[in-house]
Amino acid sequence: MLKFVVKRLFWMIPSLFAVSFLAFVLIQLPPGDFVTTYIATLASSNEVIDQNTAASLRERFGLDQPMLIQYFKWIWGILTRGDFGISFEWQQPVSGLIWERMALTLILALVSLIATWALALPIGVYSAVKKYSIGDYTFTAFTFFGLSIPSFLLALVLMYVAAVEFGADVGGLFSPEYETASWSLAKMYDLLTHLWLPVAILAISSTASLIRVMRANMLDELPKPYVTTARAKGLSEFRLLIKYPLRIALNPFISTIAWLLPNLISGSVVVAIVLNLPTAAPLLLQSLMAQDMYLAGAFVLLICALTLIGSLISDILLALVDPRIRLE
Amino acid sequence: MTDILSIAPRPSIAPGKPLLEVKNLVTEFALRTGAFRAVDDLSFSIEPGKTLCVVGESGSGKSVTARSILQIIDSPGEIASGSILLHRPDGTSLDLAKLDPRSRAIRSVRGRDIAMIFQEPMSSLSPVHTVGDQITEVLRLHLNMSKAQARTEAISLLRQVEIPDPEKALDRYAFQYSGGMRQRAMIAMALACKPQLLIADEPTTALDVTTQAEILDLIKRLQQSTGMAVLFITHDMGVVAQIADDVLVMHHGVAKEYGPVEQIFHAPQDPYTRMLIGSVLKLEQKAEIRLARPPLDTTAEPILEIRNLSMHFGEMKALNDVSIALLPGETLGIVGESGSGKTTMGRSIMRLYDPTGGEMLYRRADGKVVDLAKLGGAELKAARRELRMVFQDPFGSLNPRMTVAQVIGEPLLVNGIARGKELDERVCHLMDQVGLDPAGRERYPHAFSGGQRQRIGIARAITLNPRIIVADEATSALDVSVRFQVLDLLMRLQDELGLAYIFISHDIGVIRYMCDRVGVMYRGRLVEVGEADKVCNAPDHPYTQALISAIPRPDPRDRDRSGRFRYIEPSPYAEPSNVKNGSTAR
Repeated sequence: MLKFVVKRLFWMIPSLFAVSFLAFVLIQLPPGDFVTTYIATLASSNEVIDQNTAASLRERFGLDQPMLIQYFKWIWGILTRGDFGISFEWQQPVSGLIWERMALTLILALVSLIATWALALPIGVYSAVKKYSIGDYTFTAFTFFGLSIPSFLLALVLMYVAAVEFGADVGGLFSPEYETASWSLAKMYDLLTHLWLPVAILAISSTASLIRVMRANMLDELPKPYVTTARAKGLSEFRLLIKYPLRIALNPFISTIAWLLPNLISGSVVVAIVLNLPTAAPLLLQSLMAQDMYLAGAFVLLICALTLIGSLISDILLALVDPRIRLE
Repeated sequence: MTDILSIAPRPSIAPGKPLLEVKNLVTEFALRTGAFRAVDDLSFSIEPGKTLCVVGESGSGKSVTARSILQIIDSPGEIASGSILLHRPDGTSLDLAKLDPRSRAIRSVRGRDIAMIFQEPMSSLSPVHTVGDQITEVLRLHLNMSKAQARTEAISLLRQVEIPDPEKALDRYAFQYSGGMRQRAMIAMALACKPQLLIADEPTTALDVTTQAEILDLIKRLQQSTGMAVLFITHDMGVVAQIADDVLVMHHGVAKEYGPVEQIFHAPQDPYTRMLIGSVLKLEQKAEIRLARPPLDTTAEPILEIRNLSMHFGEMKALNDVSIALLPGETLGIVGESGSGKTTMGRSIMRLYDPTGGEMLYRRADGKVVDLAKLGGAELKAARRELRMVFQDPFGSLNPRMTVAQVIGEPLLVNGIARGKELDERVCHLMDQVGLDPAGRERYPHAFSGGQRQRIGIARAITLNPRIIVADEATSALDVSVRFQVLDLLMRLQDELGLAYIFISHDIGVIRYMCDRVGVMYRGRLVEVGEADKVCNAPDHPYTQALISAIPRPDPRDRDRSGRFRYIEPSPYAEPSNVKNGSTAR
């Protein structure tokens, strides 16, 4: 087991290098660079920059050097100093920018994850056990609704309803007066009153798909002979459901951790933009549009690292939970 | 508590009073088209300490009967009427049929008064819980034992069912046990609360004959020491003859005959019972068609000669230096238990596997000899037209999305031999040949019964006028009454078309009925080859002798098991006892 983990960790090193290089190349592939985008932005407000200024800007940012040199400079900074470079657009260190947004991103992702699981697991089990009952049909109708409505549309509708019908303050995660304030109980409460809307929107579609998955998993397990054995032992229906089929039906969920982690950053971009949430996703999109390459590169690298770590964690958990994987 | 005999028997109830009385039981499944009666007006009773065998073919309702007693019928089945009276030792009686399937009352009966074991010991145990966890669970549930008490008790239970090293075995998982050990663990679990009735639903069907004999012995011994009654469900008349006190014969949910085992076997009243007994007795000798046939020309050049064939999967030697020859028109039986390499041999001949070593010399119709083991490309394709295969599973081996005409005609079509109207005519002719009505050729396989599907598989195999057919357990998924029809069909086709068969089976009866010569396989090696009569009745090799001795004889008067023994290979390497190869904890 330990050998397996060490081996996996070792293999992550070359994959990370390969991915970081690819990410760097991909970001540079579109024509132009940050300076061209910058000039275009200024030009739209009737400011003109001459060639010399542009060249000196390029020199300052190191954009005049060949791509390989840029890449090695960047990766050397990361490896030796933990320095991910400076964001051109924000004129701030990249790591600071990302961490600033990670806390809120994490809170939002975790709360919507907990909401999703807390709803989806029991409903999925209920739907499977009471297959083709009125309750099952009701939840099935809900899940198809949740799956087929695009989340940004849901966001717009819910925002409209909340703002117009209930007069709630929607958009963002804080009221204006708390936006820059330091953390306090009042700010926490303010966060909670703003959090429910994005959480509801994010949770609806993932709950819907998770209910379907859980129902299908349980339906696979329920007719298995070991369930009948447990019943023939005299266990109560609830106890045997929890102990046997549910336990095995949960295995696929552990595998989902692999893509849960990277989803923290890149997931729900559209919803975050519509709701104007100060999370990582809009920043990622903005950096890509502005060709802010160190910021974008750091994001891509982070997403890849999280994917690798996530799949390692899910593999370890699966081995711990399922003796067939551990021992065979 | 190291000996089986030390289990204190439960106080038995007054003699003469049955333990369980089933009266006019009706179990129905609500379907869209109306209620389907799986069990129809069934009555029987079980006395303490006795064994009642419920016997019948698939779909007879015997499993549903067993499940009705514990109210664990799969949805949407439920008991429609009738009563199931359980007379407890304290004098009280309980009508199980009146209880709600989820009620506390029926749950306290399950596992404590009446316990059950099932056919598939692997899938009947949870794959992610240790065997010990699953045994202690029932002890803690019904007897309110502490964890430590339950563990001690579970260890002694495993010891009673003769699982070696029970302290360690307790913390292992079901997939680390061999098939026979899993069923022993199931039995230990069922006996945990010393039930008065053990319901065994085909408990040995998935096991090899030698393992089956050991499990049957174990149940018998435990029954004698605890005084429990056994309700044994099986389709195997041989097993019935060996263990039953009373027999209930079921067919389509109805009791055909109910009486003492002696009467069922030696004076059966019902025609269906007579047919069942007859089909078992038929397997005790050679087929009439074969006896009537002129003897084979044994001087002919063999059509297929296998020399030193080996097939290794990594470390595992599935085939180890096997040499055997097949004469034209001959039926060569390959018999062996699971893991003996008999299926690997069939697949290697078909070149579904590429053999690791050895030769397979095939004599073509034009007299030219080719080595199947080395053929490739067009020559292999041509040889495969002349060597065809019939598979075990009549359900899995037919594509459910192809009509029967497409299934049978496919070899003609892909080989570019026939198409259009000609193809249709050939398909009709083939269906006639295997005894199917050509009018059904546009239907899909699900519309056919198991026996009919196997006929479709046979029609597909003879489509290209092959010369050799490899039949891998071709009749083991079929009920006895259908089995003979398929076997007789195979022999008739052999005579009509001049086929040579390699007939792979674990069932000595089928081999004896059908084959001219037999090869006995054991752990990848061919240990004995000889005339079918000789091998099946007076074998030379000790393994074959052990195999034959383990087969339950279909005669209740012949229950002497003293001649039975398990073959132990005279080998310097000791066999791992209860742990399967390669599944030890890392």
